[in-house]
Amino acid sequence: MPLSLIAEQLLNGLQLGLMLFLLAAGLTLVFGIMDMINLAHGSLYMVGAYLAAAVTEASGSFWLGLLGATVATAAVGAALEVSLLRRLYARSHLSQVLATFAVILIANEIVRMIWGSQPILLNPPPALAGPVQVGSVRYPAYRLVVIGVGLALALLLWLLVSRTRAGMRVRAGASDRTMAEALGVDIRTLFTAVFALGAALSAVAGALLGPLLAVQVGMGENILILAFVVITIGGIGSIRGALLGSLLVGLLDTAGRAFLPFLFRKMFPAAVAAEAGPAMAAMSIYMLMVAVLYFRPAGLFPARG
Amino acid sequence: MRDTLRIPLRPRPALAVVAMLVLLPIAALAAGQPFYLVFAARVLIYALIASSLNLLIGYGGMVSFGHAAFVGAGAYTVAVLMPMGIGSAWLLWPAALLAGALLALAIGAICLRTSGVTFIMMTLAFAQMAYYLVLSLQVLGSDDGLALPKRPSLGVLDLGGDTAFYYVALAVLLAGLLAMRALLNAPIGRALQGIRDNETRMEALGFATYRLKLLVFVIAGAAAGLGGGLLASLNGLVGPNLFNWTESGLLMVMVILGGAGRLIGGALGAAVLLAAEELIAEHTIHWPLGIGVLLLAIVLFAPQGLAGLARRVGSDP
Repeated sequence: MPLSLIAEQLLNGLQLGLMLFLLAAGLTLVFGIMDMINLAHGSLYMVGAYLAAAVTEASGSFWLGLLGATVATAAVGAALEVSLLRRLYARSHLSQVLATFAVILIANEIVRMIWGSQPILLNPPPALAGPVQVGSVRYPAYRLVVIGVGLALALLLWLLVSRTRAGMRVRAGASDRTMAEALGVDIRTLFTAVFALGAALSAVAGALLGPLLAVQVGMGENILILAFVVITIGGIGSIRGALLGSLLVGLLDTAGRAFLPFLFRKMFPAAVAAEAGPAMAAMSIYMLMVAVLYFRPAGLFPARG
Repeated sequence: MRDTLRIPLRPRPALAVVAMLVLLPIAALAAGQPFYLVFAARVLIYALIASSLNLLIGYGGMVSFGHAAFVGAGAYTVAVLMPMGIGSAWLLWPAALLAGALLALAIGAICLRTSGVTFIMMTLAFAQMAYYLVLSLQVLGSDDGLALPKRPSLGVLDLGGDTAFYYVALAVLLAGLLAMRALLNAPIGRALQGIRDNETRMEALGFATYRLKLLVFVIAGAAAGLGGGLLASLNGLVGPNLFNWTESGLLMVMVILGGAGRLIGGALGAAVLLAAEELIAEHTIHWPLGIGVLLLAIVLFAPQGLAGLARRVGSDP
């Protein structure tokens, strides 16, 4: 196997991992601070992608689309938190699952009413359409930018959470909400802000992945499950855990899809390898999660305790 | 002393519902809408499957997010065995039940070492592994699934007719619900509810909580496997989506909607969700919007689910 192929797949894995992190960061904070299972987080990702496509179409600029989608989705997230989710914090996980499942159905249908059932097109900026030479690898320029944006946002988020006063309050909330409230942290307002930030980050992921995957109804559901896997592996409530979990899942998924079929072809007859290769690749993420949870039921970096 | 855990059998409302279900085919045929029988049979099967999940979620506190795996195992067992020349439901359905039970034994033995959110994600993980495994195995039809040559036969009874199938499904559901009630009223069912409320205390009292939970997990898996076998027989085809997490999520929604921890919660949730889908879909292609609003209203205004709501309305003067 050529070295350039391995490098290319590593970059793909890094890109997927960073985008997963943008989704998982909001999800893990919501879960960690308010003990809230929010299945509708994937819907915010979908709304972000659609809004990015709409603004890009209207303005002619991908970057304006990205910015507009981020701001608008943050507003949608804040509105959702204030109007509905706030009522659910005190309820059981089961009620939260049912309510946010209902939000998924409603969001999907509203999007379908506005934009129709067909996937819509979101083009990357023309300047980034071609490949660039990175060492010995020719890699799409747009994907490199996605990696760059993902790294920058991960760094910003880390600075925000670990180096600012607001971030300290967020961490206090995730570790022990009651205690943080008793010490004077206004968890209610803080949480609306956290939720809006989470929504904005998932909109960025939706807008950036839009040109690479299809922008369509239901795009949020599959990536939502991956994001839940990520935060469970990383430890619920932990940003550090979400980053490590995202990179692990992103790299494992990409590497599994690229290399396992090769490997199996050496060990088994071609027909068996053709069947087993893709299966093992898709299953590997879940095997990783089972292995992590079996030995560390609270994930790699538990936020509580 | 009043026995608060015992689930009473209220003969009058129960008999009224059963009588209505028995008369339904006659009404459907008289109204010239025989295709509703297939739909009604599907509702009955989902009622059985959702009830088995309710046993785990509502009574055992085991929030399984992978229940679809057992349904899929049962369905594929029937679909694989039928082309081998086994056409009798007396063999096929017990095999489906056994498949569900065995898979539940394997998955439960590992997952029940954990609890809470970890348990939810572990069950999800195993169901997703099963999904991808089936999706990629060409002997199981990959993403096309498998078609059954015909409906199985039940001794002298030909299940090809929709009316006959409906009555068989009804009988299986009623037997399942009665068995579930018997199990919950028995010492093991009470111990199960004790574990749900305080596992540490039950352990201190000397109960083998892990083994007890595993036993109930296997029973629920067996019932779901049987439901899957019935579903495959009714539809005449099986697909990998039976294993997908969306299917597990749908079953969970049925249970919470109907009322977790109420005997008829699962059945009620399955019936209301599927019927609402069917009814709203007749009027608008945007039916999921209606379902979403309905579910939201129930979460906000009926915290105990529909069964809890019915009870509250029924007991208030």
